[in-house]
Amino acid sequence: MSVITARPVNDWNPLSLRREQLLQLIGVLFGIVVLLLTVLMPLYAILSKSMENSSGDFVGLDNFIEYAATPSLASSVTHSLTIASVTTLIVVTLALICAYALQRSCMPFRGTIRLLMMGPIFAPSLLPAISMVYLFGNQGVLKSWLMGESIYGPIGVVISLSFWCFPAALMIISTALSNTDARLYESARALRTSALRTFLTVTLPSIKYGLISAGFVVFTLVLTDFGAPKVIGGQYNVLATDIYKQVIGQQNFQMGAVVSVILLFPALLAFAVDRWVQRKQVALLTSRAEPLRPEPAAIRDWSLFAVCMLVIAVIIGVLGMAVYASFISFWPYNLEFTLDNYQFDLMDGGGWDAYENSLEMALYTALFGTALIFSHAYLVEKLAGFRLLRTLLHLMAMVPLAVPGLVLGLAYIFFFNSPDNPLNFLYGSMAILVICTIAHYYTVCHLTAVTALKQIDAEFEAVSASLKVPFYITFWRVTLPVCLPALLEIAIYLFVNALNTVSAVVFLYSSDTMLASISVLNMDDAGDIAPAAAMGVLLMFTCIGVKLIHWLLSHMLLNRTQGWRQSR
Amino acid sequence: MKMKSIIRALSVAGAVVVAANAQAATELTVYTAVEAEDLKRYAKEFNKQYPDIKIKWVRDSTGIVTAKLLAEKANPQADVVWGLAATSLLVLKGEDLLQPYAPEGLDKLSAKFRDSDAVPSWVGMDAWIASICFNTVEAKKHNLSKPASWQDLTKPEYKGHIIMPNPNSSGTGFLDVSSWLQIYGEDKGWSFMDGLHNNIARYTHSGSKPCKLAASGETAIGVSFAFRGAKLKTKGAPLDLVFPSEGLGWDMEAAAIIKGTDKLDAAQKLMDFVASKPANTLYNKGYAVVAMPGIAKPVKHFPENPEALMIDNNFEWAAQNRMAILKEWQNRYDSKSDPK
Repeated sequence: MSVITARPVNDWNPLSLRREQLLQLIGVLFGIVVLLLTVLMPLYAILSKSMENSSGDFVGLDNFIEYAATPSLASSVTHSLTIASVTTLIVVTLALICAYALQRSCMPFRGTIRLLMMGPIFAPSLLPAISMVYLFGNQGVLKSWLMGESIYGPIGVVISLSFWCFPAALMIISTALSNTDARLYESARALRTSALRTFLTVTLPSIKYGLISAGFVVFTLVLTDFGAPKVIGGQYNVLATDIYKQVIGQQNFQMGAVVSVILLFPALLAFAVDRWVQRKQVALLTSRAEPLRPEPAAIRDWSLFAVCMLVIAVIIGVLGMAVYASFISFWPYNLEFTLDNYQFDLMDGGGWDAYENSLEMALYTALFGTALIFSHAYLVEKLAGFRLLRTLLHLMAMVPLAVPGLVLGLAYIFFFNSPDNPLNFLYGSMAILVICTIAHYYTVCHLTAVTALKQIDAEFEAVSASLKVPFYITFWRVTLPVCLPALLEIAIYLFVNALNTVSAVVFLYSSDTMLASISVLNMDDAGDIAPAAAMGVLLMFTCIGVKLIHWLLSHMLLNRTQGWRQSR
Repeated sequence: MKMKSIIRALSVAGAVVVAANAQAATELTVYTAVEAEDLKRYAKEFNKQYPDIKIKWVRDSTGIVTAKLLAEKANPQADVVWGLAATSLLVLKGEDLLQPYAPEGLDKLSAKFRDSDAVPSWVGMDAWIASICFNTVEAKKHNLSKPASWQDLTKPEYKGHIIMPNPNSSGTGFLDVSSWLQIYGEDKGWSFMDGLHNNIARYTHSGSKPCKLAASGETAIGVSFAFRGAKLKTKGAPLDLVFPSEGLGWDMEAAAIIKGTDKLDAAQKLMDFVASKPANTLYNKGYAVVAMPGIAKPVKHFPENPEALMIDNNFEWAAQNRMAILKEWQNRYDSKSDPK
């Protein structure tokens, strides 16, 4: 409480100020309680579950010992680490080349190329995996390319996930490459340093944190993704599919909890490294840095162009194959065109209702998520008092990044379906899906919001305080309009992810709240691969459509509200 | 005990209230693993007799429905289960989740198709039987002869051409494994599976997938169940259904009331319907063997007399040894990432 009184004492209207502070305190406390209930307490529930036997007695680490003694389970750890490392290596290398081409070359059509390279981000990870079946499966059109190897296994998982993670890595490395100081390159040229040497001694060191960060993002994505290994993994067990098998196949919730806890470790490590990198990166750019303007160099530009074309050909090929397959009546024996695969009501996947539910869920997630996350970020960033509580809120907001969706979903069952929990009415409802999805993607949105808020001068708050304008009016009149681009960004991020998420909600949906992404999984599981592809394609086009609307909207809005930015 | 009698008293009171409000529609939450396209027919037929009871279906695969029911043990959401593997219901019975009830006309059902207690915890609906889906086009391509028995599947010519469901996640997979152990005995059963494992391309999570993969030529041989194969064949897939000569493993779809439901009266009405003649006629649309003797007419693409081929399945044994069998299976076959 002493924190509250530690305010400047020159206020001559203590009453209204105190009311305002009370409001702020309530806001911060509300944020803390929300994160406590939606993230920390479910996590505690899963931790304690992992140390219980099936009748609920505490058994310490017995379950973990049993896990380590089961060879088929323990081998999943090696498998998970192997595919994560290989995929990371492939993706980061490719993304580096492509990002370099986009940022540092004068090759033509850079804008279009960049746009096309973002393609995979709009589809659930299941879609590239389904596409792999059509491309390289036993009846696949390109089966011979595998030279007798089977696509069902590590090869399929690595290709699918490389495809799916590529845009994320590309974005991070592109940003890193765009922040550079042209003066370094001038010096290098003045010293007649060779191109290779310049790359190795100037370029690479300047983007090393970007590379590390991209590496860890991809590593975590692969480690915790569940869709691709489920569809194309064959006999190659990984941690993420193990959780599913333990819980769904064997109803062994304790072992599911154990695998979840194990999966938390590498994710936590990645998270810690990423935090460390983020902190380092800030110091890199100085105010006197000059932007680098690449000069044309025919050989370099055209060879990079060729590589980019190859990457785009793969992206279009993989996505196109899924689209094509979704219109085929009976692969491979009857290649007639048909719309039958889009008659979802006749399949065991939840039908068109699932698609409507998904839209509804994504809309709520975007709406409430953006409002909640942004107002929390505002409280963290812009308040004057309650330093301790605000730091706590900020730290809590960072936790979800380290929690894989599958783990969060399982944790929600344990926490929300306990009869002692007064919140258990949420179980099986649309609300719990929305809450879980917001919690799952909380951190990235929080960081986006904080970054946007940091750009606004703190003077605004100081001035309005001295003018006796309550903080919420400043928030409404100044902060919100200025941060509109960031708000839209967050909303779209939440929407696209809510539409495509499988891992966090696979344990939580009920028959009334079946989701389209889950139905892709279930239809594939039942062997209805073409309808699964059809639903995946539908999701992809929905995301692209929404992104287009976002683009139009932000152009209109930005012209109206962001004029101040151009004055620089 | 005291708690139980209170619950019973409450449920009786509930039943009275329900009876008093018979005009107002009751909504029953029914968990099921029956195919989506069949549910509409089931509900329609049921509502012909009981128009004031509305069914709210919660449909998923056998493994998921079972997991859900167990997860919700402390706070059950379902009133009735209609169409779940008997092996799963036995597990639920073991957890004391089922409310015993003797539906009208129980004595008309074949003794195989009911819980053996005087007041049964569950009653059966129909049997789903194992069978092999054999893709004739792919077989010709790879020069494979048509297998006639389970033992045939261990022949070297089938190496890499067989797909079967993983018993850890699929009810069909488990009925295969448990039937082989019953047909051959433990030792020979496991050594048969060792041989089979050498030929397996991969194990799937779902029981109908191997047959669908065979239908689409992804594999030549899918170990699956007859109902799925017959449906795909009707659709025009180049499949032959093989019913191995040693006998067929089978499991039944069954129904039960979940203990603690506050709509006991409606739930019991549903159970009466489940065991009735019209319901059994419905089951016969896709299943050749149903609970009420004398109802079943032959189903297209099924063998003439499927009941003769079915093994004498010991469900109690299978349910009791389920965990041990699955564990052994996992240790033998699941750890090898690439079956050789």
